[in-house]
This record gives sequence, C-alpha cells and structure tokens, in this order.
Amino acid sequence: MTIFWWTRKKSYLRFILRELTSLAVAFFTIEMIFLFWSLKEGPDVYHEFMEFLRSPVLVFLNLSAMAGLLFHSITWFNLSAKAIVVKIGKARIPGKLVASVNYIAWIIISAVIVWILY
Amino acid sequence: MIQKSHECDVLIIGAGGAGLRAAIVAVEHDPGLKVGIVSKVYPMRSHTVSAEGGAAAVIKDFDSFDLHAYDTISGGDWLCDQDAVEVFVSEAPREMIRLEHWGCPWSREESGKVAVRPFGGMKNKRTWYAADKTGFHLLHTLFQTTLKYDGIVRFDEWFVTSLLVDAGRCQGAVVLEMATGKIEAIRAKAVVICTGGGGKVFPYTTNAKIKTGDGMSLAYRAGVPLKDMEFVQYHPTGLPFTGILITEAARAEGGFLLNKDGYRYLQDYDLGKPEPVPVLKSMELGPRDRLSQAFMKEMEKGRTLNGNYGPYVHLDIRHLGKEIINSRLPFVRELCMKYENLDPVEDMIPVRPVVHYMMGGIHTDIEGATPLPGLFAAGECACVSINGANRLGSNSLTELLVFGARAGKSAAQYAKTRNGFSTGLKSIYGDEWNRLQKLYIKKKNGKIRIAEIRDRLHNAMEKGAGIYRSEQSLFESQKIIENLQELSHEIRISDYSSVFNTEIIDALELSCLLDIAESVIQSALCRKESRGSHQRIDFPNRDDRNYLNHSLAYKRPENFPEIRYHPVKITRWPPGERIYGR
Amino acid sequence: MQQQITLEIFRYNPDDKEGPAYKKYEVPFRKDWVILDALNHIKDRIDGTLSFRWSCRMGICGSCGMKVNGNPVLTCASFLEKLAPGPIRIEPLEYFPVIRDLVINMDDFMDNLKKVRSWIIHEKDDNLDEEYLQTPDQLSDYKQYSMCINCMLCYSACPVYGLEPGFMGPAVIALAQRYNMDSRDDGNKLRMDIMNAEGGIWHCTFVGDCSAVCPKNVDPAGAIQRYKLEGARAWWTRWLLPWGKE
Repeated sequence: MTIFWWTRKKSYLRFILRELTSLAVAFFTIEMIFLFWSLKEGPDVYHEFMEFLRSPVLVFLNLSAMAGLLFHSITWFNLSAKAIVVKIGKARIPGKLVASVNYIAWIIISAVIVWILY
Repeated sequence: MIQKSHECDVLIIGAGGAGLRAAIVAVEHDPGLKVGIVSKVYPMRSHTVSAEGGAAAVIKDFDSFDLHAYDTISGGDWLCDQDAVEVFVSEAPREMIRLEHWGCPWSREESGKVAVRPFGGMKNKRTWYAADKTGFHLLHTLFQTTLKYDGIVRFDEWFVTSLLVDAGRCQGAVVLEMATGKIEAIRAKAVVICTGGGGKVFPYTTNAKIKTGDGMSLAYRAGVPLKDMEFVQYHPTGLPFTGILITEAARAEGGFLLNKDGYRYLQDYDLGKPEPVPVLKSMELGPRDRLSQAFMKEMEKGRTLNGNYGPYVHLDIRHLGKEIINSRLPFVRELCMKYENLDPVEDMIPVRPVVHYMMGGIHTDIEGATPLPGLFAAGECACVSINGANRLGSNSLTELLVFGARAGKSAAQYAKTRNGFSTGLKSIYGDEWNRLQKLYIKKKNGKIRIAEIRDRLHNAMEKGAGIYRSEQSLFESQKIIENLQELSHEIRISDYSSVFNTEIIDALELSCLLDIAESVIQSALCRKESRGSHQRIDFPNRDDRNYLNHSLAYKRPENFPEIRYHPVKITRWPPGERIYGR
Repeated sequence: MQQQITLEIFRYNPDDKEGPAYKKYEVPFRKDWVILDALNHIKDRIDGTLSFRWSCRMGICGSCGMKVNGNPVLTCASFLEKLAPGPIRIEPLEYFPVIRDLVINMDDFMDNLKKVRSWIIHEKDDNLDEEYLQTPDQLSDYKQYSMCINCMLCYSACPVYGLEPGFMGPAVIALAQRYNMDSRDDGNKLRMDIMNAEGGIWHCTFVGDCSAVCPKNVDPAGAIQRYKLEGARAWWTRWLLPWGKE
C-alpha cells in the first residue's frame, strides 16, 4: 500500500482528518501549559505571553486549531455510541441519545467554565 | 499422489449440516481418530446456510413423539420407513438441545425457553427457529464448533471426483485440489457422503449453484443404488426469476396465497376453508406437494398471473403489518427488497413453485450405512427414508443432525475395525487420474458448451419430470437425456490452467447432474402410481398393492438404470388417507 | 434504454507469463440482473476461463464478495441498473492474496477464527435433557454479531488490515464478541488475552468502513470499540485496584 492510501476514499480521508485533528488537541494542551507557566512566573511574564497570543499568526493558529478541535469532538461524540452500549431495562438506548449525552455534558461544562471566568 | 499425510480414519465428503455433525460425532466417539472433511466450498458456504424456516423437534408438553411421527409419515404419503421415523423423532430433541448448548441462537420465549412455531403439515407447534435464518445459524454454529477439535482436518475447496473402492469396500476418494489443480488420493477407513441434493437438474429451484448431486453420483457410480429418486419436492413459494425461497413461515404467520382474482384458491383443492388466521395443516399450511399441485391446476384454468419468467400467483402478507413482518419475517422482507425490488409491507409477492428438495438419495439403513461396506451417507444426499414421498418442512434440518450423528458414529465404529488399506488402490487412483486427464483436463477439440447442455437438461427435466408427469413426457425427456449424455463427451474446455479452474469443476458437476437426471426419470417412469410429490397424470391414484415400495436405481453402463423395489417398513401406522383441512 | 453494458474485469492467472490485466466484456443490460448474473453470462457464453466464486445468489452464503467500482460488495446484491451506464470495474477483494482472477485466498481469516475460539466455552456440565435458558433480551445482546456471513467485505474495507500484517481484522473480532456477549459462554477472559495481544483489537484505529460495507449490519467497528473499552477497564482494574482481580 502507498502512504497515500487515504486519498482513495472519502471515508478514509475523513478518518485521516479526524486523526490529524489530534494535533490541534496537542497544540491547545501545550498552549495551556505555557499559560500556567506564565501565571506562575508573575504578572509581567503573563502579560508578555498574552501579548504574544494577540499576534495575527497565533490568532490564526488558534482559530484553525479551534476548528480542528470542533471537528475532532463532534466526530468522536457521534462515534461514541459504537463503543458505549447502554441498556435501560430491555431497551438499548439509541445511539443518538448516547451521543447527545456527550453534547449536553460538553455544553454544561463549557457553561460552568464561562460562569467561573466572568 | 497417494500421500500418507492425507490419510484419515473417517473421511467426510461435504461440509454442510450433516457433514459437520458427522465429523463432530466421529471425533467425540474417539478423540484419537483423524477425521477429514473435504468440501468443494468452504464449510460456511454449504447450502444448509440457505434454510430459513426452522427445525422440528418435540419439546413442549402439549406435543408427543407419536404425533410428530404421524405427521411425518402421513405427510410422506406412507412411503417413510416407520422404524426410521421413530428413531428420528425420539432423537431429535436431544440433538437440538445439543446444538443449543453449542450456541445456536434459537429464538426464545419471554421465560428464556426455546420458542416453537407452527409449520406446514405439522399438527402441533414444534418447529424451532432462529428468526428466519435457521439454516444459517445452524451451519455457522456447527462449523465454529468443529474448530475446537484438533482431530478434525479440513480440505476446503477440494472436489471429489470418485470413490476409492477396492476389495469390496470403500477406502477413500480421489480428489482435485481446486487451488492447485493437483489430483490426490485421500485414503480413509470409512467414508461418509454428506453432499446434499441435486436440485440443479431443474431450471427453477431454490437450490444454490453447488447443489449438483455430486455425492449421489459418486455412490451411484460405485454401484450403490439411489433410492426413491422420483420424489422431488417443489416448494410452492419461490421468487420467479431467482428461485429465491420465501419461507413457509410467511404463510405460518398468516400469509395468503391469491390467484389473479385475489381469491384464496387453495379452498378449491380440498385443503380446508379459508379462515382469517392460520389453521394448522389447512389451506396455506397444507403440505408443499399439494400446494404446488394446486398451482398447476390454477395455471391450467388460466387463473394465474403472467410475468417475464412465466406464470405466478401472489403471496400476500400485507395484512400482518410492518411490525410483525419486521420482527418475525425480516429476511423475507430483505430478500424481496434486495432481489425483486418490492416491499412486502406494501406489495404482494409474486411466487411460483420451484424445486426445493430431493426426498430420494443414496440408499442407507437406519445407521447411515450404504450397501457398500465402509461407505455411509446422511442428509439430503441420503435416503433413509424418513421423508417418504414428500418431506415436511422443518424436518430436513433436524434430519441433518440426527442422521448426520448416526452416520458419523457408524463410520467411526467401522473405521476402528479396519487397519490398513488394500494394495489395489494405487492402480485405481492411476486409472482415475488418466480418466480426468482424458475427459477434462487435457480435453481438446470439444464442440459444445457446458452451459448449452445444462440448459437443455433443465428444459427436459422441467417438461418431462416436473410437478405432473406422464409416460409420454418422461419418455421424451429420457431420449433427450440420452442424447445429452453422448454430447457431454464432446464438451468444449477452454480453460487449461491448473489454478482454480472452475470450468473443469462445472464440467465435473454436469456429469453428476446427468446421473441424477437419468435416475429421476427412470424411477419416475417405473412408478406407475401417484404418491406425494410424484404425480402421474396417467396413473392418478396411489397404488399400495404394487408400490408401497422404495425404488432402487442401480447404474448400468451405457444404459438407463435398472430399477428394483424394496419394501417400506411399516411399524404402527398402516397406510391411510392424507387429510388436510378436514 | 441502453442494450449493453461494459464490464472491465481483473484477470490474473499465475500460470500465464503476463501479469494481471483488465479485460473488457460486453453483456446485455437487464434490469433484473445483478453483477453475478452478468459474470455467469460471461462464464457460460463468452469466456469459460473466467474464475470466480459464487453459490446461493441470495446474500447468505458469503461467497461472491468482490470489489465493484472500488467498493467491496456482494455481487449477488448489486444491480447493473444502479451502476449504469458503465463501464463497471470488477476486481477481487483488496488486501488478500489473489489466487486467480476474482478468487482470493482467505486462509488468514480461517486460521484466526480458530485462534479467537469462536465457539461456546462452558464451565458447566453438559446436561442434554434441557436447554439453557436465555431470554429474548439476552439473545439480543449478541444477536447482531452472530449475523456475520464471513463474506470478507469488511477486510477489504479495512486499511489497517492492509497495512498491519498481523491484524486479525474486523469479522473475527466481531465473532469473538458474539460469544463473549452470549449468556451461555464462559470464555470471555480467555479471549480477552488473545484480543489484547499483538494482532488484536489495539491495531484498530476506528476507520469505521468495515461497518459501512457490511451487508448484514453486523457492525464490527462497534464490536471492536466495545472490546477496547472492556479491555481498558480490565487493565485498569487489574493494575490500579488492590482487589481488582475482576
């Protein structure tokens, strides 16, 4: 097989994209670590880091990482029902419901963070 | 080559339900035995896989062995050997439970017990089922179970071309390995044939491509008689073009058979009164032969519909509603949607009688033994006989288990009494090698295509030996078959490759089909009565005085077979009238 | 309506000196014909040397899987009409060694089926007087995974099976799950060790195409992900919890 096997089929391409978006996850994690580090170093370093983040290159990077992250989360949420099979009584919970529980949890957690921040 | 490494204690030919069951029995009988299974297809491709409706065995309190036996015997128009039927019904439940223990996903009642459904010709509910893929689950369960025995060795995609018979006993087989084209001899102390029927001699059939009667032909050529070959069962509800079977369960759940006027025509043929809900052994749940015959009569009256593939009637299950169709008949719906482009929830299903099963086969006794020492048989290719002149639906899967087990055990016991092989095998193998080279592998300058002969054979069988037969129709077909047998020496081979040569396989299968055809025709010609699935226009009545006998067809070189008769074994149920719907 | 349709068929015979090639055949274009009918037409009337497997023509024996226009399908369930106007390209299933023409070698699957112990493992005695009870609910836990016809389409859809030589592939793992989830079976632990080892579930990257091409809705991808979850849970309980011997 060639290394470009994933170009042959739409579903393969979607798979590779989903896998590549884990780089976006990694990017945010590293950024977060730097953020914590700057906090620990005191207000000067923190403001300097914030200034750095405002540069157009970083804004662009953050926005594309955000898009990647959304793609990542949504595709995984939709797939979660495959691995998680829940039965209540005799009925198997439909996959859409399993996925929507993920979405709801996502929204709630995001809301809590927003509430803490502001 | 005759290889020591290929040697087996028991060699099983055919890896469908009966063959796999036989293999397990043999290896469990004595784990020291080496049991070989040779099959022209992988085991899970065997035609057992296509059986839909279910498998009969008495398990509920309201049922009894005697009732099952009586349904089977009357359904078979008293041509069943009653000692065999008694063994069959009494061993059936344990065989089915064993299969349950091996993991077969039988459909269940809420309590967790196995569920049973009604079936055509059965007075009681006793048909176990796994939704409508019973044969599929049965086969896969058996196959996967065989994997746990190291004593079982498989030869997948090897085609048996002849039996090794010497010193008055069967000692193995000559086999063509399809992937390489090698011709090998597998020596075995006992051989069990489990190759299924030969429905492919007919044009409209539910039978798969592989059902070409190979095993019957192997035994027949080795001098073993074929029993009751005139009895060919038509299934009343097949899809016209493809012959795909719409299971009897569709009628058991409450489906109607309607002619072109939307009339439930079975009421005109002494099959009971039309009721809105299914009544056992009545109307649409009458036996298969009577339903198929009723179709022919409707056709003569011009009350069938006409399509691209000849006349048909309608099977209507719309009134059952989507929910019941989806839960109990999902495969029926899937088949209609995938292969006929119609949805039985909204449309009526076009159906016609199609060849389904051969009651006849290799003559065996109740232990699965043929008259040739060392040779055993079970399943559709064999005739014990529990099916008589007409098999009841859901008895055949059970038969695979009960008689597969019996034949496997007999073969294992026989194998243990034998040591070594006779010295003549080498030259027999050499002769077979030469025959194959000359007739097939190196054949040059053939004139006629395999498919051409096969098409003509189909026509001759449909016309002469179909649902209704007469001396004249059979004679005419006999002449055609004779001619085709000569022509078959002139077949054109275009593929000379040794690797996976399916043309050679087709040619070998064709020669088997011609054997089956001649035995069906000759047996039908000689039986001058009408019984079960064998209906003679010129002899419309059953004749117990002369024909309460099994016919045995013995192969003769350059001639149609000799037919001899063998009395039917009656134990407790003297011949009576078959009554349905009354 | 068109009268004929062109099939471009992959031809390969190891006996011939020439390598693989595509050969074109014109067949009648008929509404009720599937690809398999067209192949049989070629075999019977045009070219007897074409090799392919088939048997039931009703989607249950699993013999006739091939790649049609790049997608693994059962040729008995693929109408010509849906692929018109053609040409239609027909190839053997991908990622398998080709024996000849459209016939692939599936020994690997057959060996792995045995390796994962795809049969009921009992610890109880075998009492043949009665059946084991299993409610319809318990039946439905594994029923879907028991529907596999071994047609090999999922293997042909799985790039991991093509890339990782040791990977057991989707169908075999789904069949192992079929027995794990059966209330009558006690072999879960035994199979888990096999699945956690090289060649097992952890090769799967969840492309998901195996489930998309499955003609029987077995959902092998789902089976494997459930297995991973179970495998991970077992691993954590074993290593983290002092009482965690499962």
